[in-house]
Amino acid sequence: MGMAAVPAITMLPRASFAQAPATSAVNTTGLAVTDTEVTVGILHSATGTMAISETGSIEAEKLAIEQINAAGGVLGRKIKFIQEDGASDWPTFAEKAKKLLVNDKVAAIMGCWTSASRKAVLPVVEQYNGMLYYPTFYEGLEQSKNVIYTGQEATQQILAGLNWIAKEKGAKTFFFIGSDYIWPRTSNKIARKHVENVLKGKVVGEEYYALGSTQFNSVINKIKLTKPDVIFTDVVGGSNVAFYKQLKAAGIDLAKQPLLTISVTEDEIDGIGGENIAGAYACMKYFQSLDNPNNKAFVPAFKKMWGEKTVIGDVTQAAYLGPWLWKLTVEKAGSFDVDKIAAASPGVEFKGAPEGYVRIHENHHLWSKTRVGRAKLDGQFELIYETADLVEPDPFPKGYQ
Amino acid sequence: MFGDYSIGDLGSIFVMQGFAGLILFSVYVLMALGLAIIFGQMGVINMAHGEFMILGAYVTWMTSNVFQAYMPSLFGGYFFLAMILAFIASGALGMLVEWVLIRHLYKRPLDTLLATWGLSLMLQQAYRSVFGAREVGVELPQWMLGSLHVTDSIEVPINGVFVMGLTVLITVSVAYVLYLSRWGRQVRAVVQNRIMAGAVGINTEKVDRYTFGLGCGIAGVAGSAFTMIGSTGPTSGQLYIVDTFLVVVFGGAASLLGTIASAFSISQTQSTLEFFMSGSMAKVLTLLAVVGILMLRPQGLFALKVRK
Repeated sequence: MGMAAVPAITMLPRASFAQAPATSAVNTTGLAVTDTEVTVGILHSATGTMAISETGSIEAEKLAIEQINAAGGVLGRKIKFIQEDGASDWPTFAEKAKKLLVNDKVAAIMGCWTSASRKAVLPVVEQYNGMLYYPTFYEGLEQSKNVIYTGQEATQQILAGLNWIAKEKGAKTFFFIGSDYIWPRTSNKIARKHVENVLKGKVVGEEYYALGSTQFNSVINKIKLTKPDVIFTDVVGGSNVAFYKQLKAAGIDLAKQPLLTISVTEDEIDGIGGENIAGAYACMKYFQSLDNPNNKAFVPAFKKMWGEKTVIGDVTQAAYLGPWLWKLTVEKAGSFDVDKIAAASPGVEFKGAPEGYVRIHENHHLWSKTRVGRAKLDGQFELIYETADLVEPDPFPKGYQ
Repeated sequence: MFGDYSIGDLGSIFVMQGFAGLILFSVYVLMALGLAIIFGQMGVINMAHGEFMILGAYVTWMTSNVFQAYMPSLFGGYFFLAMILAFIASGALGMLVEWVLIRHLYKRPLDTLLATWGLSLMLQQAYRSVFGAREVGVELPQWMLGSLHVTDSIEVPINGVFVMGLTVLITVSVAYVLYLSRWGRQVRAVVQNRIMAGAVGINTEKVDRYTFGLGCGIAGVAGSAFTMIGSTGPTSGQLYIVDTFLVVVFGGAASLLGTIASAFSISQTQSTLEFFMSGSMAKVLTLLAVVGILMLRPQGLFALKVRK
């Protein structure tokens, strides 16, 4: 990188950047860091099936980067981002991750959404020693030096919700229904162990439908036959819409039949329609309606940047944490070097998180509260319950495998 | 699994399950009819069938928004207008596509597969750019929600009944148009022998265009109806395409009766199996059965008898 190639404008000293530490000191591994700029990558699907879900994450990451820059950047350097499109195709994700790390030498990647895309990218970030901030709640059973998981892993998300509904509704019998892939299957496995061993309840049905399935009348009849105390769902994507519409059409009133979902955020309700899901309980760490000062600043800022009508779901919020946690970690480590960031990550806390407060655990997941919300007609959730303390992330739960 | 239930309970569940099967049957027929015309009659492998359906769904969504904004008092009836508009929009797009793309490919039917697949990708991205990547929620009039209480324990979803009624109506109209009208005779003549049909004075280009438009228009109506039971997003059309081809191929291309018979057998097998085992296993077994039967009978359930 010849200095002559750097445009003259970036050579001009700026007051706020005057104290920035020398690049040679904070970047010993040849990352894309100059005296005034640091480059990160954003890697999500802007096209293809997953664009539905990943658009919110892209928006949140861009907002966070803009806010960090407005506040003076990271170690005196503005964040510049390079956005790549994973196109809902897992090999493309891996290829683009390699491009970001090898060609662009980005200091960190904010990206991935589905577990499949993360699994495709994982060997790449490990081989080329990159740093990935991954926003989605996921099934757990993974931990890497090179990944910070800003969403919840399965036990964090599920157990508190099941405890709550067992206590609050006196629920003993559960009916599980999910889409047929790794996340719902692993989540339901954990949920089943918890229901049977801890809550001493009974799982009266466990059903999986292929991704994209649009016909749920049979399983709805089975639900009517078994009359469970709680329907526990992790159906995703377009199937979600079909499932709730048909549930309502079949005369199951969610005000009387408790339903706990771990897969429906405000984003999904946009497509399902508030009237079809009102009354259902969702178990997440974030709802747009949360009443705390951080969130009251975050929601208007997000809407100002991306439009009044956008909604903010759990994963969008978790994606917003990525750039901030990275910035805080870089400042703690005093360096952009990936090894130093990986080592400095445990213990980093972000007090400005819209969900309240988060802290990175030794295992690179976040300590966070779990909350239960009830869906309202207008597509928002009303907070019903939150755990008193932060829930410890436990990606390899003993007794649940 | 039945030990703990009373006879009455079981009886009503079986009635409802039978009904679920009938609804699935209607859904299959509705989504396959348009393709039965395009693939069955014209031999065009239309991979963009799902996208024509979703166009109908988006038209329905826009109509509902317009009614909500300007004529809230008439909202209860918007769905009928929406279906007509969906038919016109998808049909018009279909005719345009036929003129630009398909008419050059009648002699190369396999190439229509690639061309229409490309078209489906383009349409998906167009929907994404115009309507946004997120799914939209189509609001339904109050009377279409919920279920009919037949007895205390038997409940029949209203939207299911609506889809069934619509399916019967469209099937009868298509059968009439294809088999009893003058235009239908022309369509069948062109399909059987394009050159001879032209020689006896049928305007084959016009017949092709309208036939393709009709198939796409029916897809649009199906898409409009499916806003009641499914999602509306740029890629939602992909959810239907496999089942649609399955029904048409299994029934035997070029046979309307075959399409209906195949939709009936697939949907009943599927919904019966779904009740006794898990959803994904039911799908696997259904597909296996279909593959097995197609190996024994490659032309499908019903086939036109033609001299080879």
